[in-house]
Amino acid sequence: MTHEDTNAVGSEIIAIRDMHKWYGNFHALKDINLTVHLGEKIVVCGPSGSGKSTMIRCINRLEGHQKGTIHVDGIELHEDMRNIDIVRQEVGMVFQHFNLFPHMTVLENLTAGPMWVKKLPRAEAEDTARRYLERVKISEQAEKYPSQLSGGQQQRVAIARSLCMEPKVLLFDEPTSALDPEMVSEVLETMEDLAGTGVTMVCVTHEMGFAKAVADRVVFMDEGRIIESGEPVEFFKNPESERTKKFLDQILS
Amino acid sequence: MLYADTVRNRSLSEQPVLIAIIFAVSCVVFALVGLHHTLLALPFLPQPEEHGLVTQGIATLVVAGLFTLNILLISRLRLRLQIFVVWAELFMCFLIFFFAFDLNFPFILTKLPFLLTQGVFTTLYVSAISITIATVLAIFGAIAKLSSNGFAFAIASFYTSMFRGLPLLVQIYLIYLGLPQLGIFVDAVPAGVIALSLCYGAYMTEIFRAGIMSIDKGQWEAARSIGFKFGLTMRRVILPQAVPIIVPPLGNQFIAMLKDSSLVSVLGVWELMYLARTLGQREFRHLEMLLTVAIIYWVMTIVFEIVQGRIESYFQKHHRR
Ligand SMILES: Nc1ncnc2c1ncn2[C@@H]1O[C@H](COP(=O)(O)OP(=O)(O)OP(=O)(O)O)[C@@H](O)[C@H]1O
Ligand SMILES: [Mg+2]
Repeated sequence: MTHEDTNAVGSEIIAIRDMHKWYGNFHALKDINLTVHLGEKIVVCGPSGSGKSTMIRCINRLEGHQKGTIHVDGIELHEDMRNIDIVRQEVGMVFQHFNLFPHMTVLENLTAGPMWVKKLPRAEAEDTARRYLERVKISEQAEKYPSQLSGGQQQRVAIARSLCMEPKVLLFDEPTSALDPEMVSEVLETMEDLAGTGVTMVCVTHEMGFAKAVADRVVFMDEGRIIESGEPVEFFKNPESERTKKFLDQILS
Repeated sequence: MLYADTVRNRSLSEQPVLIAIIFAVSCVVFALVGLHHTLLALPFLPQPEEHGLVTQGIATLVVAGLFTLNILLISRLRLRLQIFVVWAELFMCFLIFFFAFDLNFPFILTKLPFLLTQGVFTTLYVSAISITIATVLAIFGAIAKLSSNGFAFAIASFYTSMFRGLPLLVQIYLIYLGLPQLGIFVDAVPAGVIALSLCYGAYMTEIFRAGIMSIDKGQWEAARSIGFKFGLTMRRVILPQAVPIIVPPLGNQFIAMLKDSSLVSVLGVWELMYLARTLGQREFRHLEMLLTVAIIYWVMTIVFEIVQGRIESYFQKHHRR
């Protein structure tokens, strides 16, 4: 996006090292190592409860980790940091259940971040907002409330809302799994379109077609560990571990 | 409105058994409370020394019959008209109760202007200031009670426990009589306002807390992940969604506060209740004054209820979920 020329292409944007997370006594993430370079598209998959959501929520510190380190754009995430809001402006997140603000119109949802966090003037924020609404192909819905939109439209608004902050990284947590089948494709198309713009994406999804089309790397998780990761072609053709094979059989059948 | 069923309930006129039951029950009740005497006392009826059992029985049947017929007729009206007629009839019952006291109306009329100006004004401004302060206290109290900061939680929970635990009258005395002991002198009006604010702030803390908790965690996460800080999230995302939910209980508190402001009359503040008592005492016309302020309080409450209804329908229109 706008920042990409300031960083050398391919520099590390997310670096997770030996990271562990516990929920009370439950060891949810074990020894996670993951490096994401600027512009890369990563797809994370794995069975339910394997820790996919937990891992990507650690990247903008919606969840805290207890061991190891996470760096985002060179800033280490830890408990007593004052600049977490700066990191969060760089890292957009799209949720499974959209989480749009129901009391604001679509346009207000989109201008909220730029106006109140970045302190941009309204006119400029609305320009940006309308530009991204066009990108996700719902410019005509700007004055509506989220509850007046279909699920697919809501998710595209949510994507546009993240884009309005012009983040370096976009995190997606199962963006299509709460949608009716006929709406999945419109959201996936939007995401594929986005992938073409060079933004860094980390995407938890079971849409293997999407993974094949855009992913630079597919990461497979099970029981809180990263079991394997690789280029999509290799990953789908010759998965290394038995567990991956079994998972792929289930999901592709 | 509750969930609107698409199946029509059977109307009363289609249910003769129910009508019979209403008639029978009203016969028994009216006989027990002696309502038939009211009918028998009507001036155009002959008035012997004592009515025979038969006459009394017929009178009871007539009264119960009229009552049942009334219900039957009302049940056939359109909804809005139905509500209006029931209101009107209940209000008439209240008026009959009111007039039954043999009140001195010229006396009421001479005092009414003063009650309406001085009394209503003082009551309204004491309540308005108190409710404003209480709302601010409640928002901070609710946030503190939800926070993981030990000091904030401890102070807020001590505050709500204490001010919900002590009778308001005691709080008013404690502030008016207790603070001067510490060298802090407060006038009657500020003392009353402080007591009302603290007490209602404590109740409303719980209302705001419930409202804030009712908002989905995803709203926090969405706001935080765009870079909203805590305060901004609260102000722009959480409270705007919580407020429409808590309007009905807040309306309750406003109305309760309006009437509890009468307790500051013990400090000699010239609000409605104080005026009613002093004016009534001077000329031994207690009931006149009490019933008059009762109606004034009620009218003010009705205004509040209308305003609350307006606010609710505003939120229904503008803040869709
Ligand atoms: N707040 C929490 N408290 C305790 N345990 C949790 C919490 N959130 C998640 N877990 C547990 O952590 C594990 C990983 O959860 P996570 O939501 O990351 O799985 P997931 O891979 O995203 O699964 P799904 O595909 O169903 O979304 C699960 O076993 C879950 O029960
Ligand atoms: Mg998940």
